[in-house]
Amino acid sequence: MAKSLYEKIWDAHEVAPGLIYVDLHMVHEVTSPQAFDGLRLNGRRVRRPDRTLATADHNVPTDGSKIAAQIADHLSRVQVEALERNCEEFGIPVYSIGSDRQGIVHVIGPELGVTQPGMTVVCGDSHTATHGAFGALAVGIGTSEVEHVLATQTLIQPKPRSMRVHYRSELGYGVTPKDLILATIGQMGVSGGVGHVIEYAGDPIERLSMEGRMTICNMTIEGGGRAGMVAPDDVTFEWLEGRPAAPDPLPVDEWRSLRTDDGVEFDREIEVDASTISPQVTWGTTPGMVAPVTGEVPEPRTEGEERALRYMDLAPGTPIREIPLDRVFIGSCTNSRIGDLRAAAEVVKGRQVSSSIDAMVVPGSQQVKAQAEAEGLDEVFRSAGFDWRSAGCSMCLGMNPDILSPGERCASTSNRNFEGRQGRGGRTHLVSPEMAAAAAVEGHFVDIRDWERAIA
Amino acid sequence: MEPIQVIEGGVTALLRDDVDTDQIMPKQFLKRVERTGYGEFLFYDWAKEPGWELPHNPILATGRNFGCGSSREHAPWGLEDYGFKAIVAPSFGDIFYSNCTKIGLLPVVLEEEDVRALAGAGETAIDLERQTVAFSGHEVGFEIDPDIKHRLLNGLDDIGVTLGNADAIERYEADRERSGPVTTAL
Repeated sequence: MAKSLYEKIWDAHEVAPGLIYVDLHMVHEVTSPQAFDGLRLNGRRVRRPDRTLATADHNVPTDGSKIAAQIADHLSRVQVEALERNCEEFGIPVYSIGSDRQGIVHVIGPELGVTQPGMTVVCGDSHTATHGAFGALAVGIGTSEVEHVLATQTLIQPKPRSMRVHYRSELGYGVTPKDLILATIGQMGVSGGVGHVIEYAGDPIERLSMEGRMTICNMTIEGGGRAGMVAPDDVTFEWLEGRPAAPDPLPVDEWRSLRTDDGVEFDREIEVDASTISPQVTWGTTPGMVAPVTGEVPEPRTEGEERALRYMDLAPGTPIREIPLDRVFIGSCTNSRIGDLRAAAEVVKGRQVSSSIDAMVVPGSQQVKAQAEAEGLDEVFRSAGFDWRSAGCSMCLGMNPDILSPGERCASTSNRNFEGRQGRGGRTHLVSPEMAAAAAVEGHFVDIRDWERAIA
Repeated sequence: MEPIQVIEGGVTALLRDDVDTDQIMPKQFLKRVERTGYGEFLFYDWAKEPGWELPHNPILATGRNFGCGSSREHAPWGLEDYGFKAIVAPSFGDIFYSNCTKIGLLPVVLEEEDVRALAGAGETAIDLERQTVAFSGHEVGFEIDPDIKHRLLNGLDDIGVTLGNADAIERYEADRERSGPVTTAL
């Protein structure tokens, strides 16, 4: 019988109806302490520490602190120390602050090669779909489920419906995977994927790097999707080759079978013409409130949009390019990998951050940071006036000291522009790394396509 | 988890769409390592806005895609601690929906017009066994996964139930488990 990629992985992991075996469980400091407490309370152990991996990312400072004791914020310190203690007690490997493998959970999994095609991956974090870029079924879970997976290595999961987003044509000049996924969410709406596992397919996806595919899958949750995935191919295998946890040799023949068979019908299917997409900028307080950089802030159509414009302090009809900015954040599990930093550095090279802008770069992991420094990217950013930080989630969600002040307006490469997301009263515009870098230089949004031509 | 049969009483209305979990429970409260005491932080920033009212009632009627965004279970913890026992909306964020069912907070999906009518009625009785919501003299039905319903009706501990099936997990590990990656060997 013809099966989709998702069904193949689902079937290979179904222990009992609605009970799915978990190949990899990634853990971080914010959504796990209560789960470990639950285990202790009930005298339960972690069933498979060897399938579990932890890191500290959400509230670590990015100032280069090397040990938890250096974390100035008391509650953050307690939480990171609790993670370290819990992992030690239950035998789970942990890359905490100070480790050269520490970083954002969705950056370090692929980086270490623990994320592989055909796996099931869970994490107490909604951006877990990132790992789906490797042809894995990766779902975000809550703390009760974290406890369930720790204790049983399985997840109770009513079977989601299937959906395919089929891209055709090709991405235009200067248009990035971030623009592709923002435009897709704009098209399908922030709840368009609810209850579905989404497979991203078509030539534009096949032509993307692994990093680009991770950016796409990462934002699946912003369209409501349960998981996002891309069929593995040579690009995937090349990326995995030689990674610390990758099998040697790679089981390439087996992995090639992980694709949707011809004739499979999805519960829902949408088509997106990649060639019509321009660089995107969000103007509101959901990722679906998005416009091309060439466009204007729209007239609100709903109460929610009215509220969003009030919060964002934007008037309908304002050209996106005339929106003035205070801050620029390059980072997050969406766009903090080496390719993202290279692309942003290319834009700022030899230029200066506008005097009105406070700009920062937060690499996704210590390994990304080290690689960037080996390539001299840190110097490019620093001499342009960017603050060069250590790895963590940072200003994507502002649990550490990196936050917006009330009223500040930020161009951000992260994934959520919710009210207060980057700091109470802060205003977030989601963009690609290239667009964020150019906005840092100009002090407002620019169409990176014109700008890049100007450079050339 | 307490078994759920009928949830009845007053209805609090928050008729906004796409209410994300960052609004329900802002980030600064996610640093706590406890599982209780989140009610006082519920909608922390919105609660400071003029005209905000969120009466303590057992039932919350709200908008489409409620609980979208972050997976933080702190959001359902806060709603439950505030006194809500059921949340009625046209749709929910997937992770939020699942999180609610794990702590015995009943998510109920109704058509948007029914949610609005329910909010207007101000009182209701939600019968989980019969899968009905009664208000203003009539009843509407709702769908729920049979396994989730069974666990909620009986107040079952998921982990206990799954561990009762440990043989199946062991068989899976013996026969079908993939060979890696082994995180402890890295």
